[in-house]
This record gives sequence, C-alpha cells and structure tokens, in this order.
Amino acid sequence: MKPFAYLRPASVAEAVRVSAATPGARFLGGGTNLVDLMKLGVETPGLVIDVSRLPLDRVTRTDDGGLRIGATVRNSDLAAHPDVRADHPALSQALLAGASGQLRNTATTGGNLLQRTRCPYFQDITKPCNKRDPGSGCPAREGAHRDLAVLGHSPHCVATNPSDMAVALAALDATVLLHGPEGERAVPVTDFHRLPGDNPDQDTVIRPGELITEVVLPPPPDGAVSLYRKARDRASYAFALASVAAVLAVRDGRVAHVSLAFGALAHRPWRARAAEDVLRGATADRETFARAVEAELEAARPLRDNGFKVDLARRTAFGALTELASRAAPND
Amino acid sequence: MDPTPAGRGTAAPAPADDRSTLTLHVNGTARTLTLDHRTTVLDALRQHLGLTGVKKGCDHGQCGACTVLVDGRRANSCLLLAVAHDGARVTTVEGLADGDRLHPLQAAFLERDALQCGYCTPGQICSAAGMLDEAAAGFPSHVTPPTADVPVGPAPLGADEIRERMSGNLCRCGAYPHIVRAIEDVAP
Ligand SMILES: Cc1cc2nc3c(=O)[nH]c(=O)nc-3n(C[C@H](O)[C@H](O)[C@H](O)COP(=O)(O)OP(=O)(O)OC[C@H]3O[C@@H](n4cnc5c(N)ncnc54)[C@H](O)[C@@H]3O)c2cc1C
Ligand code: SF4
Ligand code: FES
Ligand code: FES
Repeated sequence: MKPFAYLRPASVAEAVRVSAATPGARFLGGGTNLVDLMKLGVETPGLVIDVSRLPLDRVTRTDDGGLRIGATVRNSDLAAHPDVRADHPALSQALLAGASGQLRNTATTGGNLLQRTRCPYFQDITKPCNKRDPGSGCPAREGAHRDLAVLGHSPHCVATNPSDMAVALAALDATVLLHGPEGERAVPVTDFHRLPGDNPDQDTVIRPGELITEVVLPPPPDGAVSLYRKARDRASYAFALASVAAVLAVRDGRVAHVSLAFGALAHRPWRARAAEDVLRGATADRETFARAVEAELEAARPLRDNGFKVDLARRTAFGALTELASRAAPND
Repeated sequence: MDPTPAGRGTAAPAPADDRSTLTLHVNGTARTLTLDHRTTVLDALRQHLGLTGVKKGCDHGQCGACTVLVDGRRANSCLLLAVAHDGARVTTVEGLADGDRLHPLQAAFLERDALQCGYCTPGQICSAAGMLDEAAAGFPSHVTPPTADVPVGPAPLGADEIRERMSGNLCRCGAYPHIVRAIEDVAP
C-alpha cells in the first residue's frame, strides 16, 4: 500500500474544499471497499479524507413524509430503522441481503453507493482493465464473465454494479444529494450510476471533489407494498447473480403503481421502465407479469457464459411481482 | 500491506504526514501509539500491542477471523484504519472473560466442542457477542420475516437466524453445527 496523509475534516465544507484542491484524494466512509482496494493497489490515494464522523449520521422525516438518510448512516442502522422497515421494506431487505453483519455495521450509505465493481480483472493490477486503466482493454469480455453484465454493456466494459442497496433505492425513486466545489445538487439515483459506454472508468456522474451528503426518499405511494429478492450462489454472504426490487400497488384488480429495478445485470441498477409500461394500468395477474418481465429482458445481450442470469432475473422478477400482488390485493 | 518497520528495510523514511499518534481503548486500557496511516486495527492489535487472539485470515473482509468489537459493535478489524479509530473502544477475545471467569460464549464453545483447529474461534466468539447484542436491540436479519408492524422488542434467535447472522464468519474446519449449538445455548 502506498503511504498516504490522513485528514478528518470538521465540516462538509472543509471536506469538499480539501478534496477539490487535492487531486487523487479519496473520501473514507467505512473503508470496507476503499481500504480493500488500497491493499490491492487498485486505489492509491495520497490523501484520505475521513468523512465518517461528519454529522451526517441521522435518518429523519421530510415534510412530505419521506425520509432523509445521512451519508454516514451505517448500513445495519439503516436496515433496522423503524421508519425504513415500515415504509420501505425493500430497502431494509436489500441492505440485509448484502455483505455480513460485521461489514454492514461499518459500511455507510455514501460508501455503499460508490462501491466499485467486483470484476476480478478490475481488482487485479497485473491484468488489463479499461475501468482501472483506460485504454488497456477488457479481458472479461472473452474471459471470466459469468457474474458480469447482460444488459447495457459496451465493447469497453461488461462490469456490473455490486450494490444491493442501490437497486432498492432505484426502485424507490431516491435522490442523491451532493455537495461540491460549485455548490449543492440533487441527482435521481437512477441517473447517478452510468452505463460504461467508452469511458467505464466513470462509475457515476459524481464530479471531482463532490461529497454525497444525503439520500432522500419520497413517501411510499398509496397502498404500495415493496420487497427485495436476491439470487446468489450461496444462501448468505454472496454478491447477487440477479436481484429485483419491486414496489406495487393494486386497485380494483389493476396495477395502480409499480416500479421495478434489477440488480447485478448491468453497470448500474437497472430500472425496468419497459416492464413498468406494460404493467401500469394492466390487470395484476400472472400473464401480465410474465409479459412485462419479458418486455424488459428482450434487451438482454448475454455473454458466452452468463446467459443463465437472464433466466434467473426473469424468474426472480416474476416471483417478486406475484408475491407482491398477493399482498397488495389479498382478496382479489 | 504490512507497514510495520520490521517488514520494510528499504523504504525511505516516511514524511511526518504519513503517521499519526492515536489512542485505542483496548479491553479497558488506553493505549497510545504512533502508527503509519496504513496500519489497520488488526495489525495494531497483533503487532503493536501483542494481542494475538485476534486472527488474520484473508485480510480483505471476507472471512471474519479478525472480528473484534469496536465501540460495542462487531467489525472486521482488517478493513479498519487505526488512525480513523482514534478514541475508539476495542474489545478483543482477550477482553471478554471476567478475570478467570469465562464469557458465557467461551464456556459454551468449550462445552459444545465448537472448534477443530481453533483459528476462526476468537472471531466467531467476538462476532457472536456482537450479534447477540444486535438481536437484543431488535436488529432484523435477512431471514427475519418482514412485518407491517415493526416490532420494537428483541429479535428471536432460532438456528436459522443464528446461521444467517453469523454468515460473515467462515470456518475452514466446518465446525458450523457445533458453533450454532454453542450460540443457541447462550441466546435468550
Ligand atoms: C466480503 C465482502 C462481501 C460483500 N458483499 C456485499 C453484498 O453482498 N452486497 C453489497 O451490496 N455489498 C457487498 N459488499 C460491499 C459493501 O457493501 C461495501 O464495501 C460498502 O457498502 C462500502 O461502504 P463503505 O462506507 O465502507 O465505503 P468506503 O470503502 O469507505 O468507500 C467506498 C467509496 O466511496 C467513496 N465515498 C465514501 N463515502 C463517500 C461520500 N459520503 N461521498 C463521496 N464519496 C464517498 C470512497 O472514496 C470510496 O471510493 C461486500 C464487501 C465485502 C468486503
Ligand atoms: S468488465 Fe470492466 S471492470 Fe472488468 S475487466 Fe472489463 S473493463 Fe475492467
Ligand atoms: S482477516 Fe479480516 S475478514 Fe478475513
Ligand atoms: S475451527 Fe478451524 S477454522 Fe474454524
């Protein structure tokens, strides 16, 4: 690991000022991803700016009944928060499906959103990788890509975003608040992560020096129920092969509200707009659900070894919608 | 990754901003150290404070062997920078017993023969101690049934809950069945 200087800023303003003035500086949340990548030599910051003690560790109600989640709230505290469990079970379940008890105690909201891909070539500095070393190539395309993308990939990168939490936030229409040298801005979480295109080194639209300060959730839609389902190689403590976050409200047998997002299929949480278009206003039955999921996954372009993920995603989404429908309209 | 002086004879002397003086309250005693910023809490405990109960398995957050309690909560000490934990209370397996009286989890692990080689055991026990507190505080797990009325009381702990909540601690010897039984003995 490269030697580095360490700073614990007293305020958001100081964190942003120092970060903007120090190329190559990195913010430290829980460190469960950053420290790992520093040990691997993938990250080599000259300055680590520890934001974990900034006063961003609260979950509070917004005036409209939504929730503001501070960037340094630990994943385990967020999952256990009574308002999150009551209003947004999909978020609590997504967090609890990720990593381990120890890691969730340490990991923060901001760090979770910015965790890097688990592509094995990205993590191995002896290998080429366009994300780590732009222009060096993408060995995953022909190599080990069983766990990687089936949607939205490019010739330059086929990595997936590994976060479970981000998938739930995408389905819940969350907004990310950023503080940067040019001030504050709000970005819908569905626009926060990028597709790889020809510059996969950029995971997100975050700009140099910008700090995530909060994530804001709107109140849950009337009568909506939500859940998160994750398919993986082991029953616990494994990254997703395919996952689904879904929110559904049914009125008079018809879909009154729906949002659906896939995880582990693409470079970003995949909000399933095509499926939602089929579902909205349609009869909430199995035939509609199958058609909707199909409409979304038509766009899938699996690689040599990961075609199974499309089928896994199909079944996981169909199961999630069926389960939610039985809860949303128990008497239908 | 080993930043201790003994490990690197050829390194240029680190500039002053590469190290800091910090205090960890380890098993109830304040320990002040001047450490290279690269030093993890794990290496501080093992190499600078001689507390070798805490183990290094993977050094990447994957195995749980390095689990300790930090301010009462379990964490993988291999991924914690010591400098970022200045002022923290750290409890290792050495700090769990009350004098000669074993912690109930230590006694249960012995009673149930919940180990073979023992390498993962300190991490298992520290993790279980943190896990029991989390459940007592009502923290849910992945296998806790979701309910509309969020319960405020402690989360009940059956074998499935224990297995899920302990999944961050791997055991190469496969002592899992006895580990789960030992923890069940202590769970309320
Ligand atoms: C063994 C293992 C298994 C795992 N399994 C899963 C899993 O199944 N599912 C899952 O979702 N995740 C999993 N994870 C990943 C884990 O969730 C992330 O490591 C964690 O969420 C990162 O949060 P952190 O606070 O520790 O981030 P850090 O490591 O501190 O930071 C990560 C990145 O975010 C930046 N950053 C941190 N905070 C901010 C901020 N406020 N503003 C701007 N930038 C910031 C850092 O500079 C860094 O680039 C696993 C990790 C490990 C080690
Ligand atoms: S898939 Fe992306 S992260 Fe993986 S090797 Fe290719 S460029 Fe690198
Ligand atoms: S040594 Fe820390 S988790 Fe393996
Ligand atoms: S007892 Fe040997 S690793 Fe667990």
